[in-house]
Amino acid sequence: MTIDSVRGAPDTPELAEPELVQLLTPEGERVEHPDYPLDLSAEEVRDLYRDLVNVRRLDLESVALTRQGELGLWASLLGQEAAQIGSGRALSENDMVFPTYREHGVAWCRGVDQLKLLSMFRGVTHGGWDPAEHNFHLYTVVIGSQTLHATGYAMGVQRDGVLGTPSAAATIAYFGDGATSQGDVNESFVFASVFNAPIVFFCQNNQWAISEPLERQSRIPLYRRAQGYGFPGIRVDGNDVFACLAVTRKALENARTGQGPTLIEAFTYRMGAHTTTDDPTRYRLKAEEEAWKLKDPIERVKAYLVRNEFADAAFFQKIEDEAKQTARELREGCLSMPDPKPLSAFEHVYAEPHPLMTEEQEQFAAYLASFEEEAR
Amino acid sequence: MTTLTLGKAMNEGLRKAMENDPKVLVMGEDVGKLGGVFRITDGLQKDFGEERVIDTPLAESGIVGTAIGLALRGYRPVVEIQFDGFVFPAADQIITQLAKMHMRSLGKLSLPVVVRIPCGGGIGAVEHHSESPEAYFTHTAGLRVVACSNPVDAYSMIQQAIASPDPVIFFEPKRRYWEKAEVDVESTDWTPLHSATVVRPGEHVTLLAYGPSVKTCLEAAGAAAEEGRSLEVIDLRSLNPLDIGTVVESVDRTGRCVVVHEAPVYNGFGAELAARITERCFYRLESPVLRVGGFSTPYPPSRIEDQYLPDLDRILDAVDRTFAW
Ligand SMILES: Cc1ncc(C[n+]2csc(CCOP(=O)(O)OP(=O)(O)O)c2C)c(N)n1
Ligand SMILES: [Mg+2]
Repeated sequence: MTIDSVRGAPDTPELAEPELVQLLTPEGERVEHPDYPLDLSAEEVRDLYRDLVNVRRLDLESVALTRQGELGLWASLLGQEAAQIGSGRALSENDMVFPTYREHGVAWCRGVDQLKLLSMFRGVTHGGWDPAEHNFHLYTVVIGSQTLHATGYAMGVQRDGVLGTPSAAATIAYFGDGATSQGDVNESFVFASVFNAPIVFFCQNNQWAISEPLERQSRIPLYRRAQGYGFPGIRVDGNDVFACLAVTRKALENARTGQGPTLIEAFTYRMGAHTTTDDPTRYRLKAEEEAWKLKDPIERVKAYLVRNEFADAAFFQKIEDEAKQTARELREGCLSMPDPKPLSAFEHVYAEPHPLMTEEQEQFAAYLASFEEEAR
Repeated sequence: MTTLTLGKAMNEGLRKAMENDPKVLVMGEDVGKLGGVFRITDGLQKDFGEERVIDTPLAESGIVGTAIGLALRGYRPVVEIQFDGFVFPAADQIITQLAKMHMRSLGKLSLPVVVRIPCGGGIGAVEHHSESPEAYFTHTAGLRVVACSNPVDAYSMIQQAIASPDPVIFFEPKRRYWEKAEVDVESTDWTPLHSATVVRPGEHVTLLAYGPSVKTCLEAAGAAAEEGRSLEVIDLRSLNPLDIGTVVESVDRTGRCVVVHEAPVYNGFGAELAARITERCFYRLESPVLRVGGFSTPYPPSRIEDQYLPDLDRILDAVDRTFAW
């Protein structure tokens, strides 16, 4: 290992060319893995394809809406569809999700109205969906915080005494490669480990934290960090929806049966900008993006469907049309989303009436009313 | 004279400080190749190298904690916190460690660390990107806290902050990054870091502001002038220490004072100002010191942030109320 005295970055080829669990090659060829047998019917694969295409289309529409000034910002999931749909479809109804701000695909799997996600990026709410309704917690913008919430939630499930029973629930915490540097994330690993919490840490290593490459966060492959904390870590091809499904299923099952935490590193790539305000040409090469295009998560499922004659042109057309329609509905919903009422700023700050909120709300209402009087 | 935006003036000030003192380091998330999300450190890594302009791992406690260590080894780190709402993971290092080490060492250790924080709202951002956390830091002994409001001050104040032997929390009004002014980058004949300046003289009411609110107050004073009311605007520039002399001199003349900041009014920095002014100018005051600020709520979704942020109307409404008392 050579160490650059300035950057301190070691020469670790493993960071770039990793060993990972793969069940579907970029060419759409099915491969077997001894630890992860997976038996999917043609219909199940078509459903996964439908998910993948829809979430990509919705994401593109959201980017377009941002460009047109309808959203303040959007964090695109482009390139990470398989990681999100694979892990999202591995979840059982009881399982609980703690997302970052990019898990639109997981939200789709949980049945969260995509418009509610947009309402946050449009500046209408700070969340807006009921986490209990979908077992999908609010988005967390502050990097890494949610991993501790997820761990605590899992500790609650453990204390409910339901592990190993049909009402068992696993908790899954999503986070990025950059997040692995945060104290909160490392503390969540420690808590999960010593309490053997029923949790899956799902790290989407999309190679970048805004402009910083993985080398700024880690000298070893991320999945190997788990070993130091005392639980299993595994790397999966994050652009392979089959592998993500199988690996997450197993980890969730381990959690539900009291076998403790797992760290899954989904090795993937952020195909777009960090968010719509970012300019990746300042810090990464086009060639890198091109190389990852060849590993596209959707194309390989399509190739697999075609190769096995599980789907015909009419099917693909139908999915395309459906996705277009979902996107159209999203756009219409976004454009007709009402702005919050100014006085709503004072609502829900506390669970019970609070004199300062009441006082300021009344003052501001009177102030607003004074303009109406003037106008009359 | 050079025409600079506030953001570019920050950049030039940092560059000057790095040229003048090889111990000055810049560190933070995305400050290198990207030049920071606001491009404040643009080009610095290219010119000063990766050893002096450090893209750090994504960990604010780590950034400030290691900056403390670097300072102990004789460096002068200038730390960038990407957005106001992300300073809190570093709160322990700032409040418990950075602020107190000089005193704990009986003055033997000096901690010349600058923590730069783009602050305030008005850019249509999602949550945690529009906050005004200054009161947490002005409440912490051992920290110096300043806020620039224009390109001229940005250029000088950052250099003065870096030269300070004490830790400095440096607030930058992010929605004013694109405001332009003529800056004399050759001169070092600067206003002292911890003094307030009268940015618009007036007779009837004193408006006190800092950071992003200074421009809003100047606009309010302009509008008031059309109605025959003369407002004096003071840019506090430094919140800790506070140049109370300049404030008292003004309020003694005008007899009326309105404090404006984006942070929530309840327990905001305006409370300290109101109390001090009341103590010093009690017999000169024609009305209580009034405060205009954010609601005492979390920063709201951006579609209603214009209601939350003090604007001309709310400032002038408070001015009216000082006359109606
Ligand atoms: C505590 C904190 N610091 C800084 C930021 C600003 N920020 C937003 S996203 C991001 C990079 C996150 O990278 P990663 O964890 O890899 O997730 P990705 O965005 O790639 O999905 C940063 C630094 C933040 N949101 N929270
Ligand atoms: Mg990332």
